Amino acid sequence: MTGIGTPVLEVRNLSTHFMTRRGVLKAVDDVSFSVGRREIVGLVGESGSGKSITGFSILGLVDPPGRVVSGQILFNGEDLLKMPPKAMRTIRGKRIAMIFQDPMMTLNPVLSVGTQMIETVLAHDKVSRAEARTRSRDALGLVGIPSPEERLDAYPHQFSGGMRQRVAIAIALLHRPDLIIADEPTTALDVTIQSQILFEIKRLAAEFGMALIWISHDLGVVAALADRIMVMYAGKIVEAGHVDGVLREPRHPYTSGLLSAVPAAVPRGEPLRPIPGFAPSPLSRPSGCAFRDRCARATGICATEPMPSIAADREFRCFHPHLWSAA
Amino acid sequence: MTVFVIRRFLQSLAVLAVTAVIVFIGIYAIGDPAEMLIAPDASPAERAQVVASLGLDKPLWEQFFTFAWNALHGDLGRSFVFNRPSISLIFERLPATLELTLVGLVFALVIGIPLGLLSGLKPNSATDEVIMTGSIFGFSLPSFWQGMMLIMIFSVWLGWLPSTGRGEVGEFLGIRSSLFTLDGLTHLILPAINLSLFKVSLVIRLTRTGVRETMPLDFVKFARAKGLSEKRIVFVHVFKNILIPLITVIGLELGSMLAFAVVTETIFAWPGIGKLLIDSIMRLDRPVVVAYLLVIVSLFIFINFVVDVLYSLVDPRVRLGDAQ
Repeated sequence: MTGIGTPVLEVRNLSTHFMTRRGVLKAVDDVSFSVGRREIVGLVGESGSGKSITGFSILGLVDPPGRVVSGQILFNGEDLLKMPPKAMRTIRGKRIAMIFQDPMMTLNPVLSVGTQMIETVLAHDKVSRAEARTRSRDALGLVGIPSPEERLDAYPHQFSGGMRQRVAIAIALLHRPDLIIADEPTTALDVTIQSQILFEIKRLAAEFGMALIWISHDLGVVAALADRIMVMYAGKIVEAGHVDGVLREPRHPYTSGLLSAVPAAVPRGEPLRPIPGFAPSPLSRPSGCAFRDRCARATGICATEPMPSIAADREFRCFHPHLWSAA
Repeated sequence: MTVFVIRRFLQSLAVLAVTAVIVFIGIYAIGDPAEMLIAPDASPAERAQVVASLGLDKPLWEQFFTFAWNALHGDLGRSFVFNRPSISLIFERLPATLELTLVGLVFALVIGIPLGLLSGLKPNSATDEVIMTGSIFGFSLPSFWQGMMLIMIFSVWLGWLPSTGRGEVGEFLGIRSSLFTLDGLTHLILPAINLSLFKVSLVIRLTRTGVRETMPLDFVKFARAKGLSEKRIVFVHVFKNILIPLITVIGLELGSMLAFAVVTETIFAWPGIGKLLIDSIMRLDRPVVVAYLLVIVSLFIFINFVVDVLYSLVDPRVRLGDAQ
């Protein structure tokens, strides 16, 4: 663990299932990881790999028919899954904040930005409205919104997408949480705005000593931002480790497959190599390693479930990992 | 806003003018009021004199311009039957209909919104099933039958509430209404319920649909992630969004309740304008019918105006006067 002392968040054997009519959908399947203080962890995977549901599970925001069926989520040593709803509400937004993917949808269109910020302050702290307003204004200024005092009275439709995401970040920062879960916060934005927001979040996380879980399908973004990376496939974390190590010397064939499909990671002139096939339907995943149907290295043993192997600062679930140190 | 009001006012005048033409010509086309008003044994001379005194011998266009000219001076003609200005007949009866409609509307909202919220927040639960089934009855049972059942149960069998008339009328700040006396209120309950039952079902369904559409949206989840209480999420975040469709439909429905309170007024012998209209149509009392329709159109226009203003208050994305 790269964190100092006890981790902020420790997830143990988390499983979140959706009880659908067509069967049980294992969106998150036996996931364990931890996040140290001030650490930035990137959680990557393709659509439907369960990375967003992992984030929502931590905050207890999985909508029915989804349900966390087993595991522990230890936040500062306390199990969030055992917490009564009322106590959980004092954690959400106060100690763990979340930033969503689409800034066009996360703010309520009929309430002013000020109202939506002030209510967040008042939900957790007994302060006067004026005090809450001052804090909200300062938070807007902090994320680089010009003339924050006037902008408090504006409505979301009067902001651009990038500015709305800054507002969402300001809301997340209001209580200086220990942990921010950012669910693809730059995906819906223009590339130029993306890098600004990225930089802003990194700066603020460092400034206030917040840990960050950055959920993304963009390896480039995670490489630029994270200390550690976790790769998710079909509801499981298939590889985790220090970001430079994982990106330079991936052990799991899925990770290496992802990397050779990224334009920036492949030398110029060489063709991109997409991973053959499709991710299995979450309702009918093959037994054993879910990746084996698409994997060139798969053998008979892959039909049994691979257990996590831990080597140095690396953890992966594969019977036939790439070997680097020998080469 | 000022631009909006002025433009809306000019539009309203145009609508009123067009309605006046249509109504006048339409009414002119049905029957001959002279037949209804003059005794069958009157001599042709007497007959011609009455027709001339009512102005019925003149051509249609001349009658219309006389009517329009007088209307511009606030005179919508004299009732053939009562020989009184038709507008004052209507304004005598209007308060009774207004109080009935407004109380009906309040019932519809006070009963409909909470039930709709209950239903929408727990979809497919037993509570939801019961409320939805109930609302089907509200929708599908004819209003006159509901009215008769109300009278049978609450007036005849239980004897709790009176079934006819407006009761004692009290006066408060110069307004005369049954709302200000206990007797008047007891008279008001049954007809108001009768008038509102259909609207209750409508409001339940609108609210339920709104809740179900709004709850899965990202901003609700984000509100949860901020740690807001469920109460604040439902009553501020979700409810303010539901208000937008609710106000639109309620505005339209309020107009139709006013205009078509006829059935309820007939069943409960409520002395409102609906009953006046029916009586006037039966007697071919043209000036009263024309005046009634113009008053109702004006009310509709006014309600729509209020709805537009409310809209801009509830939804910040709507700015009055910006639209071209």
